[in-house]
Amino acid sequence: MVKTQLLVVGGGPAGLAAADTAASLGIQVLLVDEGRSLGGQLVKQTHKFFGSGEHHAGVRGIDIPQLLLKEGQDKITFKLNTTVIGCYQDRVLTALTGEDEYFKISPQAAIFATGASEKFLAFPGNDLPGVYGAGAVQTLMNQYGVLPGNRVLMVGAGNIGIIVSYQLLQAGVQVAAVVEAAPQIGGYLVHASKLARAGVPILTRHTILAARGKEAVESAVIARLDDNWQVVPGSQQELEVDVVCLAVGLSPVVDLLRQAGCRTRYVPELGGDVPVRDSLLRTSQEWIYVAGDVAGVEEASAAMVEGRLAGAAAAKQLGADVAAADEIIARSQASLKALRGGPVGEKIRSGIAKLEGGIANA
Amino acid sequence: MLKTTGVAQKEDWQAKLPPEERRKAGPYVVYECYQKIPCNPCEKSCPFKAVTIGEDINNIPRVDYDLCNGCGVCIARCPGLAIFVVDETYAPGYGKVLIPWEYLPVPEKGSEVTAVGRDGKDVCRAEVVEVRTARNQDRTVVIGLKVPVDLVNEVRGIKLGGEDNGR
Ligand SMILES: Cc1cc2nc3c(=O)[nH]c(=O)nc-3n(C[C@H](O)[C@H](O)[C@H](O)COP(=O)(O)OP(=O)(O)OC[C@H]3O[C@@H](n4cnc5c(N)ncnc54)[C@H](O)[C@@H]3O)c2cc1C
Ligand code: SF4
Ligand code: SF4
Repeated sequence: MVKTQLLVVGGGPAGLAAADTAASLGIQVLLVDEGRSLGGQLVKQTHKFFGSGEHHAGVRGIDIPQLLLKEGQDKITFKLNTTVIGCYQDRVLTALTGEDEYFKISPQAAIFATGASEKFLAFPGNDLPGVYGAGAVQTLMNQYGVLPGNRVLMVGAGNIGIIVSYQLLQAGVQVAAVVEAAPQIGGYLVHASKLARAGVPILTRHTILAARGKEAVESAVIARLDDNWQVVPGSQQELEVDVVCLAVGLSPVVDLLRQAGCRTRYVPELGGDVPVRDSLLRTSQEWIYVAGDVAGVEEASAAMVEGRLAGAAAAKQLGADVAAADEIIARSQASLKALRGGPVGEKIRSGIAKLEGGIANA
Repeated sequence: MLKTTGVAQKEDWQAKLPPEERRKAGPYVVYECYQKIPCNPCEKSCPFKAVTIGEDINNIPRVDYDLCNGCGVCIARCPGLAIFVVDETYAPGYGKVLIPWEYLPVPEKGSEVTAVGRDGKDVCRAEVVEVRTARNQDRTVVIGLKVPVDLVNEVRGIKLGGEDNGR
């Protein structure tokens, strides 16, 4: 049994910030991540991040992880290539390193920063080789240097669909079009304009009807949608592509939290089932905190700040200096408020409002 | 249109240009950033404090054209690649546009390229008169294009894939 004061599950921006903050407040931290390197989503993001300069915006995602670990490094034990596979109400977690090192962890508190997983889409031919999630395309291309194909249809014009399309162009892959069922582009318009300048058509109110091909994707059928999201008859067109890339949203990875008895609630604004938590990011299990996309799908800037908030709150619970922890908590809460203050933060704000009350009145 | 295609329309970008007399006075920056998003690296990047976002990080950047000298330092700091510098006084009949560029090949100084507009369509041929690759640009290249002066606010990119690209 491995004992630690604080266990952080997940080493993306949220987990790294949480571990660093708690360690800087004198707490002994064990951070586990199933990946081979730290950074979570960041290791695939070759573009310069938007967000606040204070949270490393303008820096390429791949370069951010090393900036996140500042003060507390020597109080953190990192265990990579390690997946947490069970989480029990008596504060015991089980984990697997590689394929055979199986062990138990008993922490006094835990922060889950496990991120989100991709949604899929139902259409004929979606099981053909050549149909990918955007995350897989990024892993292949940006982590392993392997091109997914020659010509891509991107499904989804949120930030992920748009940014991955841009990365495909940079890698020399053609993007035939980006289709988006909604009437407007969901991602940031500055990112969309990059694609427009590169001559990639972004087709709003369009969807994919089918992927076609014998052994693998050879073409995709798209069509226009009317105001009621119904296919406009006769608007079908077939695009010659060998890759269909799906970027149709993310949902929080909450399975372990559920197993631990944390209450969840369905909040579509935040990506699906999310853990109910209070303004300190504590779940309905008093020893478990959440931070980052697992607490509601958002952005890296917010994930880092949530990590700091949860890290400080957990440290305080574990006996760290109250004044120092309170200061970080106050600063982080103010900074989250600022990040979510604009029109694009409205969805997040209304989603969170549904959750924070949850512990008291559930 | 911008919201459905990603292509800024004339009324969108015209509203971002400085007054006529400032345009004739030398290089100026054009911030093609139209939407309230939580983003602000441009504000810190300007050595002359010509750009303000302010307390609310969701504000749209505002440029003080009395302070902006068109140096172009902010171009490579913008994750949205939304900043351009335009010089309508570059040479008789010609202007210069500075654009951010993150593709290969990087065109060479002195070469000719096909310049494209916001919609990716060909606008004109252009001479590459400048290629900036400073370390602090962190792999975003800034390219200066010499174009007919009446097209300085139409040209916003270079055709992808180099000169022999048939796409
Ligand atoms: C294409 C794309 C572009 C983006 N661009 C931007 C941008 O420009 N600016 C911005 O602010 N945000 C951007 N984001 C969003 C940002 O990457 C995420 O919001 C952020 O990474 C979330 O951080 P996180 O720490 O919550 O989760 P993640 O980064 O997903 O990290 C979760 C970690 O948990 C680990 N994990 C999960 N389950 C387990 C388990 N059971 N055991 C052990 N480890 C586990 C995973 O291996 C992973 O490392 C982008 C995202 C994508 C996909
Ligand atoms: S061009 Fe130079 S002076 Fe003008 S806003 Fe950008 S950095 Fe500032
Ligand atoms: S850095 Fe670029 S995208 Fe971000 S606010 Fe400034 S101009 Fe807009």
